Amino acid sequence: MRFYEYEAKQLLAKHGVALPKRTFARTADEAASAARELGGATVLKSQVLTGGRMKAGGVLFAATPEEARTAAERILALPISGQQPAGVLVEERRDIAQEYYVAVTWDARAKRPVIVFSDMGGIDIEEVAQTHPAHVSRTHFSNLRPLSDYVAKLAVARTGVTGNDLAPLTRIVLNLARIFVQYDLTLAEINPLAKLSDGSFIALDSHMDMEEEARGGQRALLAELAIADTDTRQARPPTPFEVDGARVDAADTRGVAGRVVEFDGNMGLVIGAGGGSLTLFDAVRSAGGKPANYCEIGGNPSVAKAAALTKLVLSKPGVQKIAVMMNVVSNTRADIMARGVIKGCIDAGRDPAQTIAIFRIPGSWEEEGAKILRRYGVEYVDRSVSMHEAAQRAVAKMG
Amino acid sequence: MAILIDEQSRFIIQGITGREAVTMTRELLNYGAQVVGGVTPGRKGRDVHGVPVEDTVRAFTERMHVDGAIVAVPPAFTADAVHEAIEAGIKLIVIVTERVPRRQVAQFVEYAEQEGARIIGPNCLGIISPGKSKMGGIGGAAESTRRAFTPGHIGVMSRSGGMTVEIANALTEAGLGQSTAVSIGGDAIIGSSYAELMPLFEADPATHGIAIYSEPGGPMEAQLADYMRESNSRLPVVAFMAGRFMDAMPGVRFGHAGTIVEGRADTTAEKIARMEAAGIAVAERIEQIPALLKQRLGA
Amino acid sequence: MAMFIRVDLDASLQQDVDLKKRLVEVCPVDIFALDGDTLTTVDANLDECTLCDLCTDAAGARVKVVKLYE
Ligand code: SF4
Repeated sequence: MRFYEYEAKQLLAKHGVALPKRTFARTADEAASAARELGGATVLKSQVLTGGRMKAGGVLFAATPEEARTAAERILALPISGQQPAGVLVEERRDIAQEYYVAVTWDARAKRPVIVFSDMGGIDIEEVAQTHPAHVSRTHFSNLRPLSDYVAKLAVARTGVTGNDLAPLTRIVLNLARIFVQYDLTLAEINPLAKLSDGSFIALDSHMDMEEEARGGQRALLAELAIADTDTRQARPPTPFEVDGARVDAADTRGVAGRVVEFDGNMGLVIGAGGGSLTLFDAVRSAGGKPANYCEIGGNPSVAKAAALTKLVLSKPGVQKIAVMMNVVSNTRADIMARGVIKGCIDAGRDPAQTIAIFRIPGSWEEEGAKILRRYGVEYVDRSVSMHEAAQRAVAKMG
Repeated sequence: MAILIDEQSRFIIQGITGREAVTMTRELLNYGAQVVGGVTPGRKGRDVHGVPVEDTVRAFTERMHVDGAIVAVPPAFTADAVHEAIEAGIKLIVIVTERVPRRQVAQFVEYAEQEGARIIGPNCLGIISPGKSKMGGIGGAAESTRRAFTPGHIGVMSRSGGMTVEIANALTEAGLGQSTAVSIGGDAIIGSSYAELMPLFEADPATHGIAIYSEPGGPMEAQLADYMRESNSRLPVVAFMAGRFMDAMPGVRFGHAGTIVEGRADTTAEKIARMEAAGIAVAERIEQIPALLKQRLGA
Repeated sequence: MAMFIRVDLDASLQQDVDLKKRLVEVCPVDIFALDGDTLTTVDANLDECTLCDLCTDAAGARVKVVKLYE
């Protein structure tokens, strides 16, 4: 789950990291009065859940409140990577002497959090990591031992920073690592971390991601930031079809019918689960098929759930047929799936024989499943037909 | 031979009285696995399909040798169950539970490292050494397990539980049996990655080649490629890459840390290039895996 | 309306109070219910039948699970 910059900065402020004076504004009027209160030059930043704002024109500078209003108007009207901004962050403009970079994230290889620190921060940090590796340090810390100051000191000192800058930078890095741990974040980044002409340090921009599974445990934080349970923070808002997909899943605890994503095609997919869905979606595309949706159904769903998902997929305009396919299943039952998709077709007012292009779910209870399908005139294929062949056959039937 | 488990392996199931675990217990017993006990707090003295239930892991480890534990408790209790098993001296822990918070996983994985215990999962179907034993729901009922998995010489590893079975089944259909198949788990942080299990297969004379399932995201395929380049492995590896369509729908990038830590390695195109450069053959379809392996085995 | 499964109850069942309770208990998908003292089948759940045989284990031939697709 992703935080907006203004929320990330609220967390930094709470944990003692210095920041520019700032106000979050939802309208151009609010932005103008915020600029007036801040006094002097301001910078206005689009609040979207994506990087690359600067290059997209989502960061503008203003010398006066009137300029701030114009800038805010432009920013609020500018979608970035398809996202409508949630508002603008109006900040006082500061003179920067040097830019640093600090982030804490998971290193899946080492299975530990890692602090990445650089004394050459800014938007080109990835390039710096390539061209000036000595200026980018990576410092892992233990999941079990208490997080101690020396870890942060090591991260900073490894890039050659010493003297008066070492102590304040160590403190900021340590605070960021603590925030990462305390709030179950998967990314906590300050870039740039700026040294001002007076020698002090402030966080100019920040990115934070929280683990999706942690939402339950972090209720207090979400309440503090006024983030509602319904606020999914996905990169693009879900379509009504996708919202209905989530509803199908939530209506019944047996099995999962998740990750329903909508596409433009004419071939509905009832496929599962994780790896099987990825494989089958590829298979349909490489056979020249045009999927109408992606989904992951599995974990031994109920007949009702399989039926509801089938009906939903068939409700999408332009869907001619559906393909029902899975890898060799261990606990999902072929017969239960067969009942579900046939019921879904009939509930949607369609003839299963004409609607189900193919049914390929080998594994548990497959003989029983085959009987049901035969009765309704649906083509059933067993494990001797590979996932790719099954997809090809289904696509061939689309006409 | 095989890796991790064989017909001698004796293990317990933590959370044995849960609905799915009861089914799993029956399937495991029918397959011939040695399930010697189960743990559910407060259920001491009961049995599940004849398997005795105790309140604690130590109740078993103090009176008998236990090789492994399957953890099948709800996510909120998983970390506790794993810590209990490690502390009781169990050296192989298979965690089937999904949605365990990442920090908790990282914590018990680090604890396991310290104690010399191996973790498989979480969010996995488990391990099977065909014809010998299995730990976890992999393959389902004993009879369908025997249909998909046959004894032989290919090691299988997969981040997707379902695709572990699909790949083994394709190998079986083509006459290639498996030494051991491991569903390693689908989460970002797991107990054992491909590269971390490779030395075990390397040391197993019964394993002649490896098949893996891979997908977008994470550094695991790059890590395997590094291993293959650095280790001079005797084992031919064939990988199947799923989710190629995801390259065309890039996630919205956020921050730079991921790229700095992992490199630009998590698209399927990047992963395929890295694996091929390391001598790993990459199949476009599951059914190509057996032929690619046979070529490399000179069979 | 159930499409795939029908469950027939023998009339003699209604006399056996313990068995009626047992049937309600054993079925994993709640196909049996007590309407007052009368054992009935729940139409909405019939198609969820897992063919687990727990009901026939308990009641013998007095319960019949019929596959409508056979
Ligand atoms: S077979 Fe099982 S699921 Fe079906 S009615 Fe009997 S007890 Fe219920």
